[in-house]
Amino acid sequence: MDFNYTEEQLAIQDTLRRFIAKDYGFEHRRATAKSADGFDRQAWATFAEFGILALPFPEDMGGLNGNGVDTMLVMEMLGRGLALEPYIATVVLCGGLIRDAGNTAQQESIIGGIAGGERLLALAHYEANGRYDLAHVTTTATANGGDANSGWKLNGAKVVALGAPAADTLVVSAKTAKGISLFLVDAKAAGVRLRAYPTQDGARAGDVKLVNVEVNAEALIGSDGGGLPLVERAVDYANAALCAEAVGIMSALNEVTLEYLKTRKQFGVPIGKFQALQHRMADTVVATEQARSMAINAAVRVDSADAAERSRTVAAAKAYVSAQARFVGQQAVQLHGGMGVTDELNVAHYFKRLTMIGLTFGDADYQLGKFSDTLLAA
Amino acid sequence: MDLNYTAEEQAFREEVRSFLQAKLPADISSKVKNHKRLAKDDFVRWQKILFAQGWGSAAWPKVFGGTGWNAVQQHIFDEECADAGAPLQLPFGLKMVAPVIMAFGNPAQQQRFLPRIIDGTDWWCQGYSEPGSGSDLASLKTKAERVNSTDGDHYVVNGQKTWNTLGQHADWIFCLVRTSTEGRQQEGISFLLIDMKTPGITVRPIIMLDGEHEINEVWFEDVKVPVENLIGEENKGWTYAKFLLGHERTGIAGVGRSKRELKKLKGIAAKEIAGGKPLIEDMRFRDRVAQVELELMALEITNLRVISAEGEKKRAPGPEASILKIKGSEIQQMLTELQMQALGHYGLPYIEEALDAGWGGDELMPTYADYAAPLSGHYFNFRKTTIYGGSNEIQKNIISQMILGL
Repeated sequence: MDFNYTEEQLAIQDTLRRFIAKDYGFEHRRATAKSADGFDRQAWATFAEFGILALPFPEDMGGLNGNGVDTMLVMEMLGRGLALEPYIATVVLCGGLIRDAGNTAQQESIIGGIAGGERLLALAHYEANGRYDLAHVTTTATANGGDANSGWKLNGAKVVALGAPAADTLVVSAKTAKGISLFLVDAKAAGVRLRAYPTQDGARAGDVKLVNVEVNAEALIGSDGGGLPLVERAVDYANAALCAEAVGIMSALNEVTLEYLKTRKQFGVPIGKFQALQHRMADTVVATEQARSMAINAAVRVDSADAAERSRTVAAAKAYVSAQARFVGQQAVQLHGGMGVTDELNVAHYFKRLTMIGLTFGDADYQLGKFSDTLLAA
Repeated sequence: MDLNYTAEEQAFREEVRSFLQAKLPADISSKVKNHKRLAKDDFVRWQKILFAQGWGSAAWPKVFGGTGWNAVQQHIFDEECADAGAPLQLPFGLKMVAPVIMAFGNPAQQQRFLPRIIDGTDWWCQGYSEPGSGSDLASLKTKAERVNSTDGDHYVVNGQKTWNTLGQHADWIFCLVRTSTEGRQQEGISFLLIDMKTPGITVRPIIMLDGEHEINEVWFEDVKVPVENLIGEENKGWTYAKFLLGHERTGIAGVGRSKRELKKLKGIAAKEIAGGKPLIEDMRFRDRVAQVELELMALEITNLRVISAEGEKKRAPGPEASILKIKGSEIQQMLTELQMQALGHYGLPYIEEALDAGWGGDELMPTYADYAAPLSGHYFNFRKTTIYGGSNEIQKNIISQMILGL
């Protein structure tokens, strides 16, 4: 039982905290969200220098051999800064997939590019009418001439692929004769069309249409028909990361709200003197500490070799953290009064990001159901 | 960061578990697990067994006969005891008055009282709240006047205490009394130890909403208390009282107990049949169980975070205890409510004798499950948890004022 961070972990945390405070303030973030890319390529290059883009990869792939707790520390800090960079899409989701299931050639060609900050990826998996069901894939991959060695032809449509507009490479799930499989697809390949848009929180995503997209045999990640467990695991990594991001945001938001309660005066006193508001604030602190405990639990267990244990713990964390995030976000807005519903303060932006985290990769109800169903097996 | 227990900690858990298997009397654990009425003797017998093992107090330092265990070991011990159905070691002697005697009592008081607490000889109860002083404890009025007389100096105590838990069994009561009305009200309070056999003390039951006698009023009419029963200095009692309230930390969340009750809830939901299927298969009910389990998972980690910080830095008890108290009590209440709700119709009957160990059911109520009888009463009883020990609203005041500086 040990809740301490290592020296290296504290160093990463400290470096990111200082970067966010100095170079990624709220006004910078606001301008970045409105830029064409919707994220800061200079910041991404800095992340590469810091090593956080190499963090979750083993040393023999040029990585730093980090674990779920390292990712948690990074995400917490990125959360504090409301960082718009596609860290989850590129490093956690797609990087994780290729690390775990890619062949040596794929690992050599892609992981180095991710770690160096030169290559961006996005997972194009979810589809219409499937909601959060990871097994719902209607996109097809047909082996050319019935021979998988001759390459594949992809057809279908994907929804809300996070980070897709900037991605050089998409990881696309499609059904072959053997089942759900994953393919590396050049974002500029013929037949790939993208409807890009900003998300409510200022990030970028897009819907992807694939019409007779040709990929060669080497594009397959993992085994033919073996894609679903890979996506499940990658999405568990992403959800654990989202929990940590949410906790970072909640902590920062509580600091902002507390400061407001101490400085905003009404009836001649700081509004934090009113018990009705004190108790709301106390409730947000309790919710945040409890959420932090669940994010820690997810960060530790997401590396578990036991898939059932991993997925149960992450579902529990995401269900719980989403609910606390919703509560803390709504309270922060309420406690700021009219200022809480303006675009001017960072409060609304924290709130919007917390809300979108709730909807991403399975909302609180979906995750609760997933966890709840494990009670039947018990 | 490592959420696993070390090999030594696991070995310690095994040691506790084997001890419990060998030494916890089955008649007692059966009562605890089934929420049957516990007698004074059940508590005392268990305390004597623990004392014989050298485990009379997990939290006390070795110099006073405690185990000297660290916070993690204490937590493991609590968890295993709860899981095995050991009765709660009542806190009034071991966890409330004893730490005050250790910290502020003189050597004579320590030698006189502590051995009899840890070996189960003396039963202690608490005299804090008064009818007019609940959350606003410092306004208390029970008066102690110092009198010099030929048979030794003593205090004469007059007043009324309330919300006294299990004082009907008690040998001693520790009381906050007013020794001065000068200055701030906190500055006129003293901490007195009073023998319950002293003439002038009357204990009157307060029957609680579950029909049980757990709580009392204690009246003091010209009760003579020798001055050597004063703890520390006169008029410094408020400092000792605050020390006491903040002292009990690792147990406050009640994680071990709630884990046992969650297990019980799942067991009931697997046995109760609704629409031809076990209740746990009803998604609407199951999701509510799942929600409590999430709260408990989070609390367990929060509790361990506090324990491990405490273990390393030897920090004084802090306001994190308020978080543990708020969430711990809310979870306990949710569990009792769901246990009751799981019974459906059979949440209604009130069968007093069913709370006695060995009650064998009734042939005319064939589907009345053996576990059903205590659950509604238990739900009613547990509304106390968000009220006692500083109500949850007081805890929120502590968080907002002490931690957040509002």
